[in-house]
Amino acid sequence: MAVPLLSVENLSLNYHTRQGLVQAVAGVDFEIRHREALVVLGESGCGKSSLAKTLMRTLPRNAGRPEGRVLLEGEDIMALDEERFRRQVRWLRIALVMQASMNALNPVVRVGEQVAEPLRVLRGWSRARAQERAAEVFDLVGISTDFLTRYPFELSGGMRQRVVLAMALVTDPQLIILDEPTSALDVLTQASIMNVLKRIKREQGTSFILITHDVATSSELADRVALMYAGQIVETSSAAEFFREPAHPYARMLMDSVPRLHQEARPTHIPGQPPSLLDPPSGCRFADRCPQRFDLCERDPGAFRKGDRRRVRCWLHAGGSQLS
Amino acid sequence: MSHATSAARVDADQPLVEARDLRTWFELRQWGFMRLGSVKAVDGVNFSLRRGESVAFVGESGCGKSSLARTLLGLHQPTEGDVIFEGQSMARLGRRGMRDYRARVGYVQQDPFGALPPFLDVRRILAEPLKIHGVGRSERERRIRAVLEEVRLSPADDYLRKFPHMLSGGQQQRVVIARALILEPSLLIADEPVSMLDASVRVEILDLLYRIQQRRELTLAFITHDLSTVRHFADRIFVMYAGRIVETATVNELLDHPQHPYTQALLAALADPDPDNALELREVPGGEAPSLLNPPPGCRFHPRCPKHMPGVCDVEDPENFEPRPGHLSACLLHR
Repeated sequence: MAVPLLSVENLSLNYHTRQGLVQAVAGVDFEIRHREALVVLGESGCGKSSLAKTLMRTLPRNAGRPEGRVLLEGEDIMALDEERFRRQVRWLRIALVMQASMNALNPVVRVGEQVAEPLRVLRGWSRARAQERAAEVFDLVGISTDFLTRYPFELSGGMRQRVVLAMALVTDPQLIILDEPTSALDVLTQASIMNVLKRIKREQGTSFILITHDVATSSELADRVALMYAGQIVETSSAAEFFREPAHPYARMLMDSVPRLHQEARPTHIPGQPPSLLDPPSGCRFADRCPQRFDLCERDPGAFRKGDRRRVRCWLHAGGSQLS
Repeated sequence: MSHATSAARVDADQPLVEARDLRTWFELRQWGFMRLGSVKAVDGVNFSLRRGESVAFVGESGCGKSSLARTLLGLHQPTEGDVIFEGQSMARLGRRGMRDYRARVGYVQQDPFGALPPFLDVRRILAEPLKIHGVGRSERERRIRAVLEEVRLSPADDYLRKFPHMLSGGQQQRVVIARALILEPSLLIADEPVSMLDASVRVEILDLLYRIQQRRELTLAFITHDLSTVRHFADRIFVMYAGRIVETATVNELLDHPQHPYTQALLAALADPDPDNALELREVPGGEAPSLLNPPPGCRFHPRCPKHMPGVCDVEDPENFEPRPGHLSACLLHR
């Protein structure tokens, strides 16, 4: 079988806080193939943004050293030193669109310059050549090239989000990590940004990790879904499996909590709250809120294999056991 | 209190609150004195809300829905037009009248953490409005406990001495709701009450608001950008665009038979979770919502409208038409 584009093995990350060690990411495994879009779905505090920051090595100071392996086309990029990571990986092979990054554009630099900057810095391209490429990606994300010479304040939120996307695309990376790329945007703007992403995926063959809490929007791009809960991935499935028949009890309850336009059934909520990551339970982390909990749930289930690429972290899916 | 008697006098058929050609404009100045014009955040809005009904004002950011909410709350002075509350004109209320009015209208803010003073505990947060309205100590305590039970922060003793930062987002929002309810308002305005909360908590809060609305027979006005959440929690929807209401209907009627091209575009852009969504592009009207400083002439949606009739839509200001019984749409296609 071909080597996956990115394969993450047993990745963990802690933060040092005044209250103690917070286990934000606890033994996460997943892989992304070329041209594939993986949605990392989860509620706030589940560790999904920490996961993105770990992959990009943009962690805050109070983060501990991440553990585990991250293989980019078979090469362990966690083992690279900082300088090699900067020169070879960050932005050139993996780019990131951070949450609300459209508000982080430099207000006094023309957006065209900002989009071209990675090429000038990382590839040493001339201004003219980099600007030419910037114009190309502006086209790609659907902004008129007239806007190259504008300043961020002259653009609307949706336009700035496209600029940020253009900045991620400019080096033609193999993988783009999008952390809540549309959550601050209006419905129509959100839909048109998702259109742009779909087109880029189709035409450029870029792979994506889309990090979001928004179940409905996540289905706009997903080939596969990894659902996170309290620092762990509790289910990894194809989009068809996940959105049609989620397996983990949390996944099912989460899907039932999504209000839908065309559905008579009332959405239901999940009682309780996720456990504190300061002192997570040793067994299944969802057990406290799970209506299907039984005695085995006192122990950590580990991820059970279900079919070729499906993994479910739940005792109900232990080999041979019956599905309710 | 005085409003108890006035409430008894009004008959049940009278609308609780009406907006009549309401306009809230904000003057824009440069360097504090050069007038640049007015941002017409609310620009000619008419509606009337019955007692005990739950409605949703839906629109994208900058459509004027929050300015409308704040005008209804008396936080902005209308530039023109009037709000009629229980038959009384808001413009004619004096200072005292305004204070009584504010007790009759509860407000649930979008960001619960920002809405709660960080240095007051839950008991003091809830006591404050009661003190202002002259409620005695033992009655205050009784009402604080009752309202905490009502928003399901129980037992109340576990929460009374907590500060906002010690509560989860959902719990903070419950405190905000409790504060909005404590003076027993007849109108509750909830401005994006769940947009800052996680998906699994959202439904819980919406459910809570809905149950409170039903039990207290409140009039509840949801302000939201999310059409998909309103289906189960509102009776009627007002769709707003660029400072105006463009479509009004009952929830199912509006979702099943949207008439205004803007509403149709909004609905087409919304996804229900479905793996097939990834396979095709959505139809999205181009362009962006217009500036409220200089809104386009005629229908404000015409520059983006796929059904735009040149020479008509860019000239004539559409009034409300009734393409289906009880269903209003401000679009010249329905003439």
